[in-house]
Amino acid sequence: MINLQAVRKVFQTKDGEVKAVDTVDLNIKQGEIYGIIGYSGAGKSTLIRILNMLERPTSGTVTIGGKNMSELSSKKLREARQEISMIFQHFNLLWSRTVRENIAFPLEIAGYPKAKIKQRVDELIDLVGLEGRGGSYPSQLSGGQKQRVGIARALANEPKVLLCDEATSALDPKTTDSILDLLVEINQKLDLTIVLITHEMHVIRKICHRVAVMEQGRVVEEGDVLNVFKNPTEPITKDFVKQVTEPEETVDTIKQFISEFPEGRIVQLTFIGGRAGQPLITELIRKYEVDVNILQGKITQTQNGPYGTLFIQIKGTESALARAMEFLNSVQVEVEVIHNA
Amino acid sequence: MLSTWFTNVQWDVLLEATNETLYMSAISVVITFFLGLALGLALFLTSPGNLWGNKFLNSVIAIIVNVFRSIPFIILIILLIPFTRLIVGTMLGAEAALPALIVGAAPFYARMVEIALREINKGVIEAAKSMGATNAQIIFKVLIPESTPALVSGITVTAIALVSYTAMAGVVGAGGLGNLAYMEGYQRDNADVTLISTALILVIVFVIQWIGDRITTALDKR
Repeated sequence: MINLQAVRKVFQTKDGEVKAVDTVDLNIKQGEIYGIIGYSGAGKSTLIRILNMLERPTSGTVTIGGKNMSELSSKKLREARQEISMIFQHFNLLWSRTVRENIAFPLEIAGYPKAKIKQRVDELIDLVGLEGRGGSYPSQLSGGQKQRVGIARALANEPKVLLCDEATSALDPKTTDSILDLLVEINQKLDLTIVLITHEMHVIRKICHRVAVMEQGRVVEEGDVLNVFKNPTEPITKDFVKQVTEPEETVDTIKQFISEFPEGRIVQLTFIGGRAGQPLITELIRKYEVDVNILQGKITQTQNGPYGTLFIQIKGTESALARAMEFLNSVQVEVEVIHNA
Repeated sequence: MLSTWFTNVQWDVLLEATNETLYMSAISVVITFFLGLALGLALFLTSPGNLWGNKFLNSVIAIIVNVFRSIPFIILIILLIPFTRLIVGTMLGAEAALPALIVGAAPFYARMVEIALREINKGVIEAAKSMGATNAQIIFKVLIPESTPALVSGITVTAIALVSYTAMAGVVGAGGLGNLAYMEGYQRDNADVTLISTALILVIVFVIQWIGDRITTALDKR
């Protein structure tokens, strides 16, 4: 659906050239929710703007739905943009228009007749859950409601692709989740391809199928969300993964524990996919005559399945411990011994 | 009672002068609005990084605007005499004041329009572009509606400046309250005429300000 080949964007500044996007190749499939994560300044904002040519790439090709975006005439580009909508961190609604009029805006641009606009706006207001707010002005809405208007407006022209520019970064955690749920809903209902950029791993974890990690203009790591969670290779990716899998205090807690109770083994179990739901610990205790002490754990859901980490202390005889470890290694969990007394 | 206090005021003459002032102000405000809006849009749109970003064109427009904005109005009237004769045919009467009023006020308003447009959130323009809007759609559906309160308060200030310009134009023969205050009041030493002309101009200014404020408040949904 979306294909980027060797895309570069170089800005000329007083301090010389800045490579905002440096030789990026991406392939995004139809119907996929694709996340691009990076810290601010990584080039993700520029990259997402290259997709709809709000920024022209310095070199490389961008193909969306078979169209080479950088070669389109300005008229063809405007038509193509009606199929590639965008939502924004700060919503970018027109304050002078009501909710209804804001949603009608792209339809006016596309030249729909009045009666058709009215009908479509009604549908969209229902779709994003803004019934009864049609006559309000943006200044009378909460952040979450404003983003719902932004989403309705973006969906008005029945686009094939939705670009989300930090769409939840200005919202509180609860509102973020409700907006993310809405994005998943429209992704499934409308078979819409969604490309989003964010600096929050939570967003990637919750709704993305695949993820690309950006650093200094480059994509340093890319793949299925669950695989990236399982085997992050780059240090930056490991940092992002930690944002959602380990509570910040984990390391300290474990260290503290080891210094106080240095007996047995401290093991970190990492569950990927289906195994996270199974009663592994029960089995361990029953079959292998060991004592298990659960120190800390967290299971998170991703679009490709659950992912979790569990820190446990295992105590028992040497042979029981060896057999227990053998068992753990045989099941589909990653085992890492952190401390061995 | 008024006749005993203002012995030298001829009320029918005063009424006619007021009408002339209102006429000059109204016509010049309307034309200044459109001309200033066009100039202001041109200034904004040709500025670097904007829709029609063009450094050369931008400097040319900026120079024209600055030159006409800097010439003192009373001198502008004199400089424009040949031009006025050419298009109006005379230097006397209210019509003859219009070219100078408009040429003097439009660049002034254009700068205010430019400032108003700069205040618009860039993200909104980006959003309109991302929807495939043409430049004309961006101008008429985004730039102008999103800046209306500032455009209205700007034209209010300009209208008030225009009322005082009409008084100056009156001195060189365009009629109106300025003319009355100068010819009947000052030249003939009738202080009461000067006083009542001033009072009427003040009333006109206050009314314009009041209307402008009301409209600005009503339009602002931010």
